[in-house]
Amino acid sequence: MEQTYAIEMLNITKRFPGIVANDNITLQLKKGEIHALLGENGAGKSTLMSVLFGLYRPEEGVIKKDGQVVEIKDPNDANALGIGMVHQHFKLVECFTVLDNIIMGVEPCKHGFLQKAEAREKVMALSEKYGLHVDPDALVEDITVGMQQRTEILKMLYRDNEILIFDEPTAVLTPQEIEELMQIMRNLAAEGKSILFISHKLNEIMAVADRCSVLRKGKYIGTVDIKDTTREELSRMMVGRDVEFVVHKEPARPGKTILEVEDMTVASKSHSNNAVKNVSFNVRAGEIVCIAGIDGNGQTELVYGLTGLEPLKGGKITLEGQDITRAPIRKRNTMGVSHIPEDRHKHGLVLDYTLEDNMVLQRYFEPEFVSKAGFLKRKAIRDYAERLIGQYDVRSGQGPVTIARSMSGGNQQKAIVAREIDKDPELLIAVQPTRGLDVGAIEYIHKQIVAQRDAGKGVLLVSLELDEVMALSDRILVMYEGEIVGELDPKTTTVEELGLYMAGAKREGA
Amino acid sequence: MKEQKRSLLRNNAVQSLMASLLCILIGLLVGYVVLLLINPAGASEAIVTIVKNFMTYSRRNAQLKYLGSTLVKTAPLLMCSLSVLFAYKVGLFNIGAAGQYVVGAGASLYCALAWNMPWYVCLLAAIVAGAALGAVSGLLKAYCNVNEVISCIMLNWISLYMVNTLLTQVKEETSPYTLTLSSTNPGALLPALPSFCMSWFNNNQYVTIAIPLSVLVAVAIWVLLEKTKLGYELKATGCNKFAAKYCGMRENKNLILTMAIAGALAGMGAAMLFLTGFEQWQCTQSSVPGMGFNGIAAAFLGGLNPLGSILSSYFIQHITNGGAYVDKTMYSAQISDFISALIIYLCGFVLFFKFALNNWLNRWDEKKAAKAAESEEKGGKAE
Repeated sequence: MEQTYAIEMLNITKRFPGIVANDNITLQLKKGEIHALLGENGAGKSTLMSVLFGLYRPEEGVIKKDGQVVEIKDPNDANALGIGMVHQHFKLVECFTVLDNIIMGVEPCKHGFLQKAEAREKVMALSEKYGLHVDPDALVEDITVGMQQRTEILKMLYRDNEILIFDEPTAVLTPQEIEELMQIMRNLAAEGKSILFISHKLNEIMAVADRCSVLRKGKYIGTVDIKDTTREELSRMMVGRDVEFVVHKEPARPGKTILEVEDMTVASKSHSNNAVKNVSFNVRAGEIVCIAGIDGNGQTELVYGLTGLEPLKGGKITLEGQDITRAPIRKRNTMGVSHIPEDRHKHGLVLDYTLEDNMVLQRYFEPEFVSKAGFLKRKAIRDYAERLIGQYDVRSGQGPVTIARSMSGGNQQKAIVAREIDKDPELLIAVQPTRGLDVGAIEYIHKQIVAQRDAGKGVLLVSLELDEVMALSDRILVMYEGEIVGELDPKTTTVEELGLYMAGAKREGA
Repeated sequence: MKEQKRSLLRNNAVQSLMASLLCILIGLLVGYVVLLLINPAGASEAIVTIVKNFMTYSRRNAQLKYLGSTLVKTAPLLMCSLSVLFAYKVGLFNIGAAGQYVVGAGASLYCALAWNMPWYVCLLAAIVAGAALGAVSGLLKAYCNVNEVISCIMLNWISLYMVNTLLTQVKEETSPYTLTLSSTNPGALLPALPSFCMSWFNNNQYVTIAIPLSVLVAVAIWVLLEKTKLGYELKATGCNKFAAKYCGMRENKNLILTMAIAGALAGMGAAMLFLTGFEQWQCTQSSVPGMGFNGIAAAFLGGLNPLGSILSSYFIQHITNGGAYVDKTMYSAQISDFISALIIYLCGFVLFFKFALNNWLNRWDEKKAAKAAESEEKGGKAE
């Protein structure tokens, strides 16, 4: 019986000071199966994978490969055992070719000379076998995200890895690419590879996995056969309660125009073309306007232009009738623009500051928090942070004095959402507000965003997640190569149609 | 009780102190080994002499007097270390403290000797000159994206030769040194401490208000960084300038302001030494005074805390002065500089030791947690 498991992690317990990250967790991966690992942020998925890769040593429990107890002391041991991983953020050298990236680290050499022809043959054979289409001579920086991911998969296959771990692989893909990836995973499993698929997207797990193990708050909840379960049951196991998938919202009642953008053009940092080209749109009070599109089509720069992080090359921005085209960032913020930034580590938080200091990042200069002489009112800041922490359920080790860096990604995001929404903005710009969050937190943040809309605020949502776009928006604007190529009504459009616009295959008026 | 002990070890200030003491110990040890290699006969005595500094004098009065002299030079060093650490908190490396110190010296001495200004004007001139020079680096960084380290190093040399040229106008005819304040303009000498304090230092004439003033400034810098809106902004800019920009802080303004404040501190430090009359400026010197550079070491040895800087500055000055008493027949004159340089060099490891200590604590806690869980389990089974 034991022979059928490719890898087993039995009764793994891993403690950190003050927290049990993995509490007696058992994960058994059968040969040739696709096994999903499901859990909220902070449920212990990453810790468990780090244990498997030898980055952490568990206090208790054993790891077995093909029934034999093995000791994994560092990532090299994991590689030697045939365990490979596609990380959420690809680890590729941008200025190398696909082939160079695949063979990097295990280059075939003869007398100190590279034997690339040999490597190429093997890569092409693998690519053929599993339907992984790549151009071996293209530079990584020139290829699509989907092809980069296939390169990562080939990297694992080239190393003859038998156990493949996919960490949130669909986050950056279009619907069409996701379907392709699912097919690739099925092929791999059919060829006898064992796949561990880390995700919190229930639809994908239901579509592709054979079995699913669920973790919650460091504890092992159970393993279920996908064919015997439902999406609702999985989410109940993951969150510990029923989760609503449908965002309940009344039809929008748009009021006055809050934001008016005319012919906005923003230069690109990475190339000589403009990242945003002559874009015009508006956001009215009481509606959620969503900018959909594949990552890198100018959404980031559009938001930078709106919030003042980048100067405009042309065009005009009007907020509630006032021209803010050249207004400094602080002015925009105090005039009622709230911004949940795309990159919470780069823009959203001062990671070395405490949670409470981050909570007042947009308000520390207000008389409520600073005396006339310029001294911070520590007590007021503490009280305010504690209120937000309670109200928005931001969890952290030491409450307000926790260093932001030590918090989980989901809770960091919750802190930012709390801060930006509590500012009571006129216009809420939310960029990927639920990226990397679990369903419980997503549900919560979605409710907050809808609540903002219902309170008569304008909401501009930028999202790469189609489910989110479809669930939340009242109007969808699709961006492709810096232009708005279509305005869609979520009630009448389909995910497929949206996908075609996003891929540039379709555009309005063309 | 155990819980308390652990949190004490985790305390940042305690960690800094421990790491700094460790650096000092290793520095002295390595220094001792080097002394042994050069001349084994006098090594022990020499190292003891360095550590004892003024305590080598047997008479109490002499001890007090030379304690005073050490403190006189501690004040400017403290100011330079504050200058470095203040900029460092905002993410800038102010290697230009040396140059800012030089222009501070130039401005204060010129005001005192050429224009016969009273001491407070001279002190103010030094502050303004240092701030102006710091602001130049800040401006270059903010608007031309010139790395502050590069511009600071170049400005160090520019200021040295400018000040040499300027002060040549007020130097003694027969020597390269500037005129003494006591003979030319006694009004420019910093006021002495109240007489009851002076007796603590056996009426050392160079002991002035500069010493308590520098400590006050250290406290003020600590308050500024930890308690005020400005400190909050400046540190946020230093930790994450993108987040600072995102929430509407004006990073360029903050950059320039930081460098100006850092420059003002170093400039003020120079005035605190030269306005005591303890030293005269040598108009032919061809190297930037080490005070500003030692400030870097003092800042790091002090764990980048303004209050820690008070202790570290004193210590560095203590061993530097102590080095002067080493037996010159056994060791060359440079040996004292060498030993203090060793310790200063090791100061750079303070952060490393803190890191190592934290790692060790983490591992220790893990083990303890594992053990606690084990015994709990056993206890549970017994029930």
